[in-house]
Amino acid sequence: MVDVSTSMLEGPRGPKPGKALSRKNIFLYGTLLIVTIYYAIPLYVMVVTSLKGMPEIRMGNIFSPPMEITFAPWVKAWSEACTGLTCEGLSSGFWNSVKITIPSVLISIVIASVNGYALANWRFKGADIFFTILIFGAFIPYQVMLYPIVIMLREIGLYGSLGGLVLVHSVFGMPILTLLFRNYFSSLPEELFKAARVDGAGFWGIYFRIMLPMSVPIFTVAVILQVTGIWNDFLFGVVYTGPDAYPMTVQLNNIVNTTQGVREYNVNMAATIITGLVPLSIYFVSGKLFVRGIAAGAVKG
Amino acid sequence: MSNSNSSVEIRDLDLHFGEVKVLQKLNLDIKEGEFLVLLGSSGCGKSTLLNCIAGLLEITDGQIFINNQNVTWKEPSERGIGMVFQSYALYPQMTVEGNLSFGLKNARMPKDEIARRISNAADILQIQPLLKRKPAALSGGQRQRVAIGRALVRDVDVFLFDEPLSNLDAKLRTDLRVELKRLHQRLENTMIYVTHDQVEAMTLADRIAIMKGGKIMQLGTPDEIYNRPQNLYVADFIGSPSMNFFKGHLKGNTVEAAGITMPMDGYEFADNQDNAGEVTIGIRPEHLITGELASKAPVKSSVTVELVEPMGSDTLVYAALNGNQMRIRMEGNARVQAGDNLAIGIDPSRASLFDSATELRL
Repeated sequence: MVDVSTSMLEGPRGPKPGKALSRKNIFLYGTLLIVTIYYAIPLYVMVVTSLKGMPEIRMGNIFSPPMEITFAPWVKAWSEACTGLTCEGLSSGFWNSVKITIPSVLISIVIASVNGYALANWRFKGADIFFTILIFGAFIPYQVMLYPIVIMLREIGLYGSLGGLVLVHSVFGMPILTLLFRNYFSSLPEELFKAARVDGAGFWGIYFRIMLPMSVPIFTVAVILQVTGIWNDFLFGVVYTGPDAYPMTVQLNNIVNTTQGVREYNVNMAATIITGLVPLSIYFVSGKLFVRGIAAGAVKG
Repeated sequence: MSNSNSSVEIRDLDLHFGEVKVLQKLNLDIKEGEFLVLLGSSGCGKSTLLNCIAGLLEITDGQIFINNQNVTWKEPSERGIGMVFQSYALYPQMTVEGNLSFGLKNARMPKDEIARRISNAADILQIQPLLKRKPAALSGGQRQRVAIGRALVRDVDVFLFDEPLSNLDAKLRTDLRVELKRLHQRLENTMIYVTHDQVEAMTLADRIAIMKGGKIMQLGTPDEIYNRPQNLYVADFIGSPSMNFFKGHLKGNTVEAAGITMPMDGYEFADNQDNAGEVTIGIRPEHLITGELASKAPVKSSVTVELVEPMGSDTLVYAALNGNQMRIRMEGNARVQAGDNLAIGIDPSRASLFDSATELRL
């Protein structure tokens, strides 16, 4: 008895100790560090530059922190910088972008989620063909459709307006969002759907009372995808809207790419950060839900 | 149309998924208050048949009557059925009470009637303390009880069970099996129950329908199914350990198989035809007589023991009868070892004879 217990004390026990500075760890964390720096330095330069005055920028030390912090470039970017003919800063573009993004996101998600639900649970005749056509749409390059859509929008009288752009964004979000929702709804237990049918719930009853409450993660994913996609869109914005309705990205381009006068790097930097702030904050707020939703949409069962 | 006391009738039911014929010309009559079990291995179409009765699958051809009403084109909720699923299928975001009331609210039932029915069902199933909980906070057995309650509150004529006990552990399964039987005795509803577990089928059923390849192989009481299987498939499927089969030859009233001659005195032949030809004789392991009684049996022989599996309540012996593998079930306290020579007796009246070609009972 005594012998047994001492021999047990001597041998390895509990978790196996690992070396903190093993080759594996150095490689792993070293790589992560380098990648982090690679991505963080441009952001750092942007923030630092946007807080400097022009004389300080002309000194050429782009990595040094500002000697004298000024918020004037931010104010100018928001409300005074010239975007083409007018000099009202990004503010009008910001509100245009809001007016484009919110309806586009809502419309595309509402329609796509019902599409996905119908495709996953109500197998109607021709569902497979419909789905194939829809998915095929996701692989057609946008550029091919640019001009035909200009004509179509002109014919229905929406060319150059916010409404036209909202329509385009909603339609173009359809394939990927439908796929996303269909896969998610397919992964929910089929017996729940059957039970609800036996309980007398109809198409909309099941959608609103059974499916929606279980789908918060996938709706989060859809919102993030659409908000970032639509907010960051430049091509559709510049093609389908006029100067009055330009979204923020187009105005940003006009500020940064202006060919007249002095290049105000600090204003450019501030304007860029302001434009990127919306998608960035969406990621920060719902990052965890996003990861969970992506995983839920991908894994079946 | 149909006789008045039948609860569910299925007429010439066909179901095809493209080229695959899942159910073929299936006919079934279920009496009011009957507990019918659909039994079969996976892929035999038993769950599909249940889904057809529930109206969850569009059928290819045929008719379904529930309570003498043609419900072939009716929605699941209009058929007077309640269904209990293997995965319970409780709505995760609703409380137990919400789950129970969901169907009633859809039917726009008055609030006080809903409350009365829920409390009634909760009393029967003893889930009164759980009403405010969410399904995630329930154990497997409690969830299944709620699932049964969801069918119960709707006050339906026919209960459909789709392998309701398969997700539970062995102990709980036995308990709930007994509870289900009690529930049936109390409610006297028609119940159709799908399972692949023959113990559930034998213990619960008034009648069992054994299915294979979308067809019913035999429909009968558990006693008939066990003692007088109509074909080789049913004989092999029912019983654990399964029946011993020996190929042999029938001439007049005598079977020669596995090197022994068995006069089939006392065996009830299915018809009075001249029975002769190649046959398969089936003898259940528990119908082989051992010990002192073996010497008094109508047919006597001896076997060499090859392997012994003691299981406590009984002992399973693997042996060879003139080179033919067989299983014998003995008492739990039987003292046998590999290599022993064991005297056995066979009672032909308890055996089953099948035509080797058609596999049908003779």
